[in-house]
Amino acid sequence: MILVLVDHDRGELDQLSLRALTAARKLGQDVEAVVIGSEGATLAGIVGEYGAKTLHVATHANITDYTPMATGRALKDLVEKLKPAAVLAAGSPRGNEQLAHLAAFLDLPMAAECSEITLGSPHHVLRARWAGNLIESANVHAELLIATVLAFSTEPETANGGATTVVQFEPALQPQDYAVKVLSRDAGESKGGVTLVDAKVIVSGGRGVGGPDGFGQIEELATLLGGTVGCSRVVTSSGWRPHAEQVGQTGTKVAPDLYIAAGISGAMQHIAGMKNSKTIVVINTDPEAPILGYADYAIIGDLHQVIPALTSAIRQAKG
Amino acid sequence: MDVLVCLKRVPLAGGTLILTPDSRDIETKHLGFGISPHEENAVEAGVELVEQMGGTLTLLTLGPSDAEEQLRSQLAIGATRAVLIETDGQEWDPQGTAAALVDAINAEEIKFDLIIFGAESADSAGYQIHIRVAHALNRPIITNVKSMKIENGVAVCDRVVAAGREHYEVALPAIVTVRDGLNIPRYPSVPGRMQARKKPVDMKKAEPRVPKLEKVVLALAPSKSTGAEILGNGPDAVPALVEVLKKIGAF
Repeated sequence: MILVLVDHDRGELDQLSLRALTAARKLGQDVEAVVIGSEGATLAGIVGEYGAKTLHVATHANITDYTPMATGRALKDLVEKLKPAAVLAAGSPRGNEQLAHLAAFLDLPMAAECSEITLGSPHHVLRARWAGNLIESANVHAELLIATVLAFSTEPETANGGATTVVQFEPALQPQDYAVKVLSRDAGESKGGVTLVDAKVIVSGGRGVGGPDGFGQIEELATLLGGTVGCSRVVTSSGWRPHAEQVGQTGTKVAPDLYIAAGISGAMQHIAGMKNSKTIVVINTDPEAPILGYADYAIIGDLHQVIPALTSAIRQAKG
Repeated sequence: MDVLVCLKRVPLAGGTLILTPDSRDIETKHLGFGISPHEENAVEAGVELVEQMGGTLTLLTLGPSDAEEQLRSQLAIGATRAVLIETDGQEWDPQGTAAALVDAINAEEIKFDLIIFGAESADSAGYQIHIRVAHALNRPIITNVKSMKIENGVAVCDRVVAAGREHYEVALPAIVTVRDGLNIPRYPSVPGRMQARKKPVDMKKAEPRVPKLEKVVLALAPSKSTGAEILGNGPDAVPALVEVLKKIGAF
């Protein structure tokens, strides 16, 4: 049996977890899912649809929000009871963190960001390194495989599965497991509305934008396409835009339907955050810029001329 | 306030990676070395805390003896001293690395109030060493911190998530991992560089363990092989792009 941690944010499903469920099904064993916190029980329907026969719901008076060490303890309790062959989660910051707590509790290896998993003795994985620019072939020497599934490596597919049996359990938490928990949350740097992770369209600016004022035209285009603004690391380091908008390994990893990169040459750490976008359009003065190797379409030219022309052409076409 | 910052020497790869002939590592013959991006923020945070509150800032790394170069350059930023756990140059797996860091921390006379890691390494991206260290030392850990203050022995931290900003408070001693954006790392001053040459770097040895996460071989990730379709030059190419955007249903 493969146990999948299905992550949620206050009851709202983490979409990457559906990919982890899909990847788990491909291992050819029964799949069971676990959610942390009573709000997760509302996900029984979708978890069943994606092929999990049972949904284990960890409930505890001290699990009221994201509490990663408590997740680790709950998973440990469940692993000891159910003896799965593997525990998987999404290769998201939260997925990686929660499974690392499990691995630390059990003192077992963990393979993060796997694009392929083969169970065996030893288990074998392909995993992403260097911001996805390198693929490591690795053996995992442990009976239980603990691994996270590289974001966007598996397309989510439903299993036309039926009803899921919901089983509640109370993990035996120690006080230190919930010493670190969310005390409050506010919209903070995020602008409300469309966040980078959820956006279908992202228009990103880089060094070529030239300064904070240049982002007016980027914003205008993004709004026109119903999307949001992103940027490269140099832009946030220069203080032109808030860090919440940074796309890349040190910012947010995204995979929108359309990614327009304007004035971004394509440092490895930026590519890592956007190369899984469905369609990538590049606007750059340099025909040799590394980002062109990842683009579907490109215009060679100055974004300060191209973007205003594009914005007005789209306005016209929209009528 | 005694602070420890953990660092990792990594090659400064630009846009393209090249592998060694045996495909076990990155070819670094023509590359310089530095530390992972978030770790510059970790050192800056440590220096600021010691400036404000007094105390010491220790740097700790596990790596080849050449990693002294990275320790010296960060000592020049304002750290007090450094510890280098010397390896044979081979990459250690996360459990082995974490165990060696824990042994070194436990062997210290200083009992650190705060241990800071960068949120993730540039190269191996294992996402676990900081958590294993926290478990072994029985300390609370907050990850991906984007702002941090120490008030009356409590670390007051925010982390940025998709839905906004999460607020955490945890009593010291604690461990945090920090992200780019926490602060603006300073450059070393000339006197800083001079002093760094004389600051103590303790060299330690640790026995490698049989890796449980065993690297077999590396391969370059495929990029889109077809390359981009060039629609044209300058604003004249805009109509072609509008057609593409229509075709994919962007508006």
